[in-house]
Formats: sequence, structure tokens, C-alpha cells
Amino acid sequence: MLEFDWGVIWKYRESLWDGMLTSLQLFAIALAGGIFFGTLLALARLAPWKLVSVPAAGFVNLIRSIPFIMAIFWFYFLTPVIVSKFTGQQGEAVGPFTSAVVAFIMVESAYYSEIVRAGIQSIPRGQPAAAYALGLNYWQSMGHVVLPQAFRNMLPVMLTQAVILFQDTSLVYVVALKDFLGAASKAGQLTGRIVELYIFVAVVFFILCFLASHAVKRLQARLAAGR
Amino acid sequence: MPMIELRNVSKWYGSFQVLDDCTTSVGKGEVVVVCGPSGSGKSTLIKAVNGLEPFQKGEIVVNGVSVGDPKTDLPKLRAHIGMVFQNFELFPHMSITRNLTLGQVKVLGRSQEEAEAKGMKLLDRVGLLSQKDKFPGQLSGGQQQRVAIARALSMDPIAMLFDEPTSALDPEMINEVLDVMVELAREGMTMMVVTHEMGFARKVAHRVVFMDHGQIVEDCTKDEFFGSVRSERAQTFLSKILHH
Ligand SMILES: Nc1ncnc2c1ncn2[C@@H]1O[C@H](COP(=O)(O)OP(=O)(O)OP(=O)(O)O)[C@@H](O)[C@H]1O
Ligand SMILES: [Mg+2]
Repeated sequence: MLEFDWGVIWKYRESLWDGMLTSLQLFAIALAGGIFFGTLLALARLAPWKLVSVPAAGFVNLIRSIPFIMAIFWFYFLTPVIVSKFTGQQGEAVGPFTSAVVAFIMVESAYYSEIVRAGIQSIPRGQPAAAYALGLNYWQSMGHVVLPQAFRNMLPVMLTQAVILFQDTSLVYVVALKDFLGAASKAGQLTGRIVELYIFVAVVFFILCFLASHAVKRLQARLAAGR
Repeated sequence: MPMIELRNVSKWYGSFQVLDDCTTSVGKGEVVVVCGPSGSGKSTLIKAVNGLEPFQKGEIVVNGVSVGDPKTDLPKLRAHIGMVFQNFELFPHMSITRNLTLGQVKVLGRSQEEAEAKGMKLLDRVGLLSQKDKFPGQLSGGQQQRVAIARALSMDPIAMLFDEPTSALDPEMINEVLDVMVELAREGMTMMVVTHEMGFARKVAHRVVFMDHGQIVEDCTKDEFFGSVRSERAQTFLSKILHH
């Protein structure tokens, strides 16, 4: 006979809220970093210089062909090693949050670079040609003509990827970072009320992501109407 | 010295030769019409002139600058060669005003006010000043192409290249664009124009270049071309396009 005790959620509200803040922080930083570096990676991949495009393509394909959770583990353990190599500091100087952020930015930038690349390639070639014909260089043509149009086309896909990213932040649980899921888990272990807490986590994720997906759909409809 | 000079230009896509030993020139103030069947290499040829299409053999010199030379500052060269495309290629996410000022500000380093004053003058000249705050998508094809011409002119070009500027237009809009081009030609602009509008060629062209299979088959004065066309291929082509 199952008996639920939802009171635990209220009791642990502070640590759950802290966990949610950690999740949101990680999400926001990973999203911004992912889009920024993803755009640079996409530009590098499409650049007319092999020395730039080949390594970028290699990085993206490597990251995309390993499971996300593996990449997190990797960068989680690699980041402190690399940092201590460069700074001479002890590896522990880099906290789990920073390592997780680095891991997420690395992985998300690979995913976002594919979205940005597709967006850039969706722009007819005549557009950059017209920009070049005016005397704009590669970067100006990208920055003023191609990317603004590409981002507009990409917006729905980028937001969908952001929803997935938000869900994926719960993966940091594996590196013992106390995010939302981690906080719930901890509370569950302490009280033995793990089922209630996991249901709560699921409901919160569902509501947030459902609202976000809904917003994306509406945006998509509006963009389509604005054509 | 001609403004635009092409010497033995050849280009291949893999083993397919798009341009075959093309030699021609456009003098200062001269209007040269380039015509020929679809796929004969007209677009490739005209885009080679401002370095939008690289080529493997030969030489192209514009205003004394070699286009194919790796040391040439292509953006700088292109800034002074206007180009008008078949599909207008206005920037759809920018207002007409921004379309007209972007190159002036970013490339020529003009101030926003200066660029706008220049842009509005040219917009007025093509009869579209009232459209300055609209976006390209709100204009008809003919209007967009006139804006595109104004945009090219805003850079104070030493020569203008046109790649089939009227072939994407509905018939009733062709003349409004041709009128602007005729006026430009009469003012003495150096022009290289890919077009099948033989009326335009008769009116203002000095020379006509006829291309087929990547080769320049005819390169003669307008009167020679319309009078006694020498090659059979050009003859067939002319009879085809003059009949529709
Ligand atoms: N990127 C490319 N790769 C391979 N072949 C190409 C490429 N671009 C153009 N071609 C070929 O080169 C030839 C010349 O093309 P081009 O566009 O210069 O012809 P055109 O005379 O302008 O024709 P149209 O009247 O249809 O515009 C065509 O046969 C075309 O198929
Ligand atoms: Mg063409």
C-alpha cells in the first residue's frame, strides 16, 4: 500500500530551490556559451581555409558521435587536469560547477554549430554574393547579411535545442553536482521519500518544458505568418 | 587602356570547361551587351570580372588592377564595381534605406548622414523615394531591381555589371528597369550587361558579345551584330529570341 507524504517537498524547499538555481545557472551559461562558440565553430567549418575548417569539423563530429554523458565525464575529469597543467595550480582548484560548465559548453557548441551551419546554408548564395559585390569582406558579409537572416530561420530549432539542453542539465547528477535533481535525490535519501521527490522533479520539468515548447510553436507560427 | 580587359580567360568545373579562352574588353564609357544561350557561361564570365568567380587561366584587369592576382584586395576592388543580379539580392532583413547605406558606411567609411543623403538622392532618381522605409519584400520585382541599381550606384562605381537584370521580372515591369539602365548608359557609365533584351542592345550598346559553350563566338559592334551576323550559331540564337 503506497502512502505519499508530499510534505517532504515543502520541508526541503530551500535545498530544492538552490538545486533549481544551480540547474538554471548551468542552463543559462551553457546556452549562451553553446550558441556563441557554436556560431564560431560553424563559421570555422564553412570558412574557405582548410586549416580552419578541418579541425572544426573534426571536433564537431567527435563530440556528436559520443554519448552526451560520456562527454560530461571526460571534460569533467579533463578540465581540472588541463587547468592545473596551464596554471600550475592543483586540480581541485576547479570546482565541479566550473568543470560541468566547460563540459556543457563544449558539447552544446558542437550541437549548436550544426544548427547554425544548416541555418547559414539555408540562405541563398546570391545573398553573400551581393554583399561581396558591395565590397564587404567575409566577416562583414556573415555578420551583416547572412547570420541575421540565418538566426531568424534557426530560432525555432535553437529554442527546441534549448529545451533539450535544460532537460540535459540533470545529467550533471552523475558528477555529484547538486542541481535540482541532485537536491531532490539527496532529500529522498535522507527521508526515504524518493518516489514523491522524483515525481515532483518530473512534474516541474514537464511543466517548464511544456510551456517552452508551446512558446516555440507559437513563435514558429508567427514567423511563418511574417514571411 | 580599357576599363575592363579579359585576356584568354579559361575556367573549369572539374573536367567541364565553363569558359574557354575568352578575350574581350570594355572601354571607359562603353556599353557591352553579352548574350548567348542558357548555360553558355555568361554569368560565370561577368562574375569573374569582379572576382566572384575564380578562374584558372588567363588574366582579367579592371582599372589597371589584376583580378586574379592573389595579392589583390578584392573587397576594395569590388567596392567600385557595381553589380546587379538577376534576383535583385536586396537584403530582405533591412529597410530600403539600410540596403542603400550598408556598403557606403561599412566599406567606404562614410558617415550615416552622408550615406543616407546619397542613398536618398539615388532612390529619388529611380523614382522610389517614397519607399525608403519599406522592406524589400513589400516592393514589386521591378521596384526591387531599381533599388538594387541605386544600391550599386551609391558606391560611386567606375563600372556596372548586370547579370540578366530583367529576366526574373514580369513583362510589364521590364521597361521601368530598362529605362533606368538606358539613362545610365547615356550618361556615359561603363557597363557590361548580360541580357537578352535586344531592344536595349539596339538602343544603347556599343558592342555585342555572343557566347556559346563557354567561348566568345562573336565580339563586334552593334551594327555589325544586328546587320550581318557572321556565325551561324549567333544567327540561330538571334532568330530564336527575336521571335518571342
Ligand atoms: N558550381 C558549378 N559546378 C559545376 N558546373 C557549374 C557550376 N556553376 C555553373 N555551372 C555550369 O557552367 C555552365 C555555365 O553556367 P552560367 O551560369 O555561367 O551560364 P549562363 O550563360 O549564365 O546561363 P543562364 O542563361 O542559364 O543564366 C552551365 O552549364 C552550368 O551548368
Ligand atoms: Mg546566367
